Amino acid sequence: MKKKALIPLLIFGVLAVLLAVGLRLDPHTVPSPLIGKPLPAFTAPQLHAPEQTFSSDEMIGEVSVVNVFASWCIPCRQEHPYLAQLAARGIAPIYGLSYKDRREDARAWLARFGDVYRAIAYDPEGRVGLDLGVYGVPETFILDRHGVVRYKHIGPIDAAALRDEIVPRIERLIREGQ
Amino acid sequence: MKRLILLLLLVPALAVAALGEFETPQQEARYRALSQQLRCLVCQGQSIADSDADLAKDLKREVRRMILEGRTDAEIKDFMVARYGDFVLYKPPVKASTYLLWFGPFVLLIGGLVTWSVLARRRQAGSEALSDAERERLRQILDGADRRGDA
Repeated sequence: MKKKALIPLLIFGVLAVLLAVGLRLDPHTVPSPLIGKPLPAFTAPQLHAPEQTFSSDEMIGEVSVVNVFASWCIPCRQEHPYLAQLAARGIAPIYGLSYKDRREDARAWLARFGDVYRAIAYDPEGRVGLDLGVYGVPETFILDRHGVVRYKHIGPIDAAALRDEIVPRIERLIREGQ
Repeated sequence: MKRLILLLLLVPALAVAALGEFETPQQEARYRALSQQLRCLVCQGQSIADSDADLAKDLKREVRRMILEGRTDAEIKDFMVARYGDFVLYKPPVKASTYLLWFGPFVLLIGGLVTWSVLARRRQAGSEALSDAERERLRQILDGADRRGDA
């Protein structure tokens, strides 16, 4: 009889644990189906040089970071100093995808906050972004030497994400390649 | 006020009308059905048909383009899933990682029915098996109640 009385408590316990886990999950972070697959190939004009194109093949050969940003994106501003920190470490090049922006706006934004990118592809209509499954800027991909997507960060990178996720993952991928 | 409400009622109609023309009514019907089945990832409670977010507009544009190119519904869904994952479908596919989602409610229902029937049977069995001692006790209680009723 006493054991039976514990059943509701047990059910409550299980539910409480499930709900506690559920509360910690961010429903806006949708796992990317691209993880473990090559980044979809694209060619787009360069932001700074409209007559030149940028091809995703240029990123193959070393561990690299692809950051999707826009001048109208407030969290991108928040993220920018941490991207600058990452660039200053010099462990992996950062490539930019200027997403649904006006060329002059994107360039003015970079002039104001600093250009941390090795090269920037210009995607005014978000067609490249669509192929990459971008649904909210900023988004950041980490690619291995073969151009395979190994990690995707959705939303702005903050100090903790840079320290605990981005940098360790890049370093691990670099070691993996040696 | 009434006019405003009427105007607001017209907004969805205008939104659909503004989406561009199809060659056949079948294509338009497919477009409507597909855009109801695809989730907008920015505003997750809405289908891309209901949403006016930029992303939803882009996805609708892609759906329309692919329909006009003559692609099948399955191809269009595959295109979306390849980019945004199963989450983009309102009706997720049945596979190992979604078994709990698909069958969990039925497991719970069956579990509940089993528990209920076991409890009901036990209760029934209990009512039948009244021992002599219990009968005697019952009689005493009832008599006692009678006496109090008389007083």
